[in-house]
Amino acid sequence: MSVEAPALHATVEDAPLSRREAGVPTPLLGMLLFITSEVMFFGGLFAAYFNARAVHVGPWAPPPPAAALEMLPIALPITIILISSSFTMQFAVWAIRRGDQRAMRNWTALTLLLGIAFLAGQLYDYSTLGFGISDGAFGTVFYTLTGFHGAHVFGGTVGLTILVARASQGQFSARNHVAVEAISFYWHFVDVVWIALFSTLYFLR
Amino acid sequence: MATTALSPTAESYRRSWVLDWLTTVDHKKIGILYIVNSFIFFFAAGILALVVRSELAVPGLQFLDVQTYNQAFTMHGTIMIFLFVVPVLSGFSNYIVPLMIGAPDMAFPRINALSFWFLPLGGILIFSGYLFGGAAAEGWTLYTPLSNSVYSKGVGTDLWLIGLLLVGTASILGSINFVATIFKMRAPGMTLFRMPILVWTVLVTQTLILLATPVFAAGMIALFIDRNYGGSFFDPNAGGNPILWQHLFWFFGHPEVYIVILPAMGVVSEILPVFTRRPLFGYRAFVFATVAIGLLSFSVWAHHMFTTGQVYLPFFSFMTALIAVPTGVKFFNWMATLWRGSITFATPMLFALGFLSMFLIGGISGMVLSSPPIDFHLQDTYFVVAHLHYVFFGGSVFGVFAATYYWFPKMFGRRLNESLGKVHFWLMFIGFNVTFFPMHFLGMDGMPRRIADYSPTAGWTMWNLVSTAGAFLIAISVLPFLWNVVATFINGERVGDDPWEGNTLEWATTSPPPPHNFDRLPPIRSERPVFDLRHRHDAEHVKADQSLVEGGQP
Repeated sequence: MSVEAPALHATVEDAPLSRREAGVPTPLLGMLLFITSEVMFFGGLFAAYFNARAVHVGPWAPPPPAAALEMLPIALPITIILISSSFTMQFAVWAIRRGDQRAMRNWTALTLLLGIAFLAGQLYDYSTLGFGISDGAFGTVFYTLTGFHGAHVFGGTVGLTILVARASQGQFSARNHVAVEAISFYWHFVDVVWIALFSTLYFLR
Repeated sequence: MATTALSPTAESYRRSWVLDWLTTVDHKKIGILYIVNSFIFFFAAGILALVVRSELAVPGLQFLDVQTYNQAFTMHGTIMIFLFVVPVLSGFSNYIVPLMIGAPDMAFPRINALSFWFLPLGGILIFSGYLFGGAAAEGWTLYTPLSNSVYSKGVGTDLWLIGLLLVGTASILGSINFVATIFKMRAPGMTLFRMPILVWTVLVTQTLILLATPVFAAGMIALFIDRNYGGSFFDPNAGGNPILWQHLFWFFGHPEVYIVILPAMGVVSEILPVFTRRPLFGYRAFVFATVAIGLLSFSVWAHHMFTTGQVYLPFFSFMTALIAVPTGVKFFNWMATLWRGSITFATPMLFALGFLSMFLIGGISGMVLSSPPIDFHLQDTYFVVAHLHYVFFGGSVFGVFAATYYWFPKMFGRRLNESLGKVHFWLMFIGFNVTFFPMHFLGMDGMPRRIADYSPTAGWTMWNLVSTAGAFLIAISVLPFLWNVVATFINGERVGDDPWEGNTLEWATTSPPPPHNFDRLPPIRSERPVFDLRHRHDAEHVKADQSLVEGGQP
């Protein structure tokens, strides 16, 4: 293939072909845009939830035999676990900004463990609830919203696993760690969704 | 001096032709893949349209049963919208936008390839319903409860949902890529208000995709759960609400209309200045009008739901009518651009003018439908079918063909034959109007959409026959286009790098461009850098001659 420049601009001053990287790094912008789309996705699911509540007749409660959603023994502890994991994630980010890759890896691994603990707790919670996704509108919206949130936590644990693996190979530094920043954004986002979801399910009776 | 010229050895790396296209991450090749893939689906869905029109030509069921007919119009609508109009415009955007902003590629080239390859996969899944007992047959809107597991038992609907979830995922990934590219990859000097109008329309379009498609995805997942796991999102017997589907669908579905029309508007806004030899009138007004349409598009969805009785009519009617204001600004700008221009009627210009006239009719019939009392009369009639085809076909598809004729020389170094192009345009323009204008009359006369048969005494026979004849004229009009493409590849006129004397940066590189797009860029001081470059000496003469300064163009 010919790459010769057309005669048209053979005499023109030469402009640099790419400008200096400034502002938000491109991968981080990509993550922020992805999170924006995820906000709209959960927006759609929350709309379905509130629509089901709005057209519901009678008290908004899980179908029998379950009487009501209980915060204890599972829901509240795993909420605290997930919120803590946002802090450990941020400690990992601060560590790598200082260039401390070892601390970053340890904090990330702890975050990963907390994420797995949340998922395990959620699955155990599912097994004890006593109603299913096909048990009326309550069951459908409950399992769809918590299930898709859980799927996003799982996606986050995959990302965290990759971070731990890459950190073990020494791939991050104080200057070069955009993947850590991006995954931390995603992890915080998943956490915020859970706070909204938990408040909706357990406080808005 | 910055240079990115490749060493000679870098180009000697060779792969087989097939492997090269299968694994490419070059935005230009991916753009061409998008376009070719979209046209294949265009022809498939076009054949389905002929099937539908043939059945409707005269009263009586001639060669289809009702279920097959329902599948045909459902697949026609779904494929045309989700696998032709949206991706073909994404394909042109993919090819042109990085060139227009002076970038070497998209921001995320591999994600770009991924979002393309989801498309043929999704399209095949949607079509594969035909292999498993019948495709989806509920219309492209897939309204509940018609689409629930009681009334639509086959797996065709599930395959439709899975296929469209893939296509939607591809759109979302693509939109992230476009927005990041436009914000992060612009060449030095390419400020936001020096971006070509097409880039602005793509930016707004892709933002709409980013915000609207996930809501549709949530709706499709909810419907999938209802159908397969006993969910009750849309089942009123178990505490659900079937109208919720319409909200989730149209919250996406109405921005979708602007997703398919805004890039076509951008294409036309690039073509008009080139073939009138004038700058686009009111660049900033055009940009703000585009942004305004994008913002308004999220507050009008329920005008598709006036007759459900569950939406607040005055609000959605008013917001819908408000869309006419920024659209009117655009029409004013286009008219003012044409005014006193030295117009050449090359094929891209003909299709651009076809866009202006046909989209105007579609826009006006849209304003008619925005009035609830009229909408109650016309809801789900052929008037709506006429309206949406004047927008999708008269608007977007004419824009797609304008783009095809305009950028073909950039993509392949050869210009499509102008005579065949004009035959194509006039056949398609006449065929389009013969097909769809009579549908206005049929709709006002009360003919419902999505029916396989009608009574011979209804008085609809003549216009249906005319419409069917027009549909075959459209099909015939595609033949000179196909022949044109083949003949041009074999023996087309080589026209150099800038055959139209374009304004924007894609004309400052070779045809086709090298893999890295630009060896060097002209200085960017306006939204028409190549025009400035071509006329840089004129400007000096103007400055020298004081008598010309007052009347001179900048």
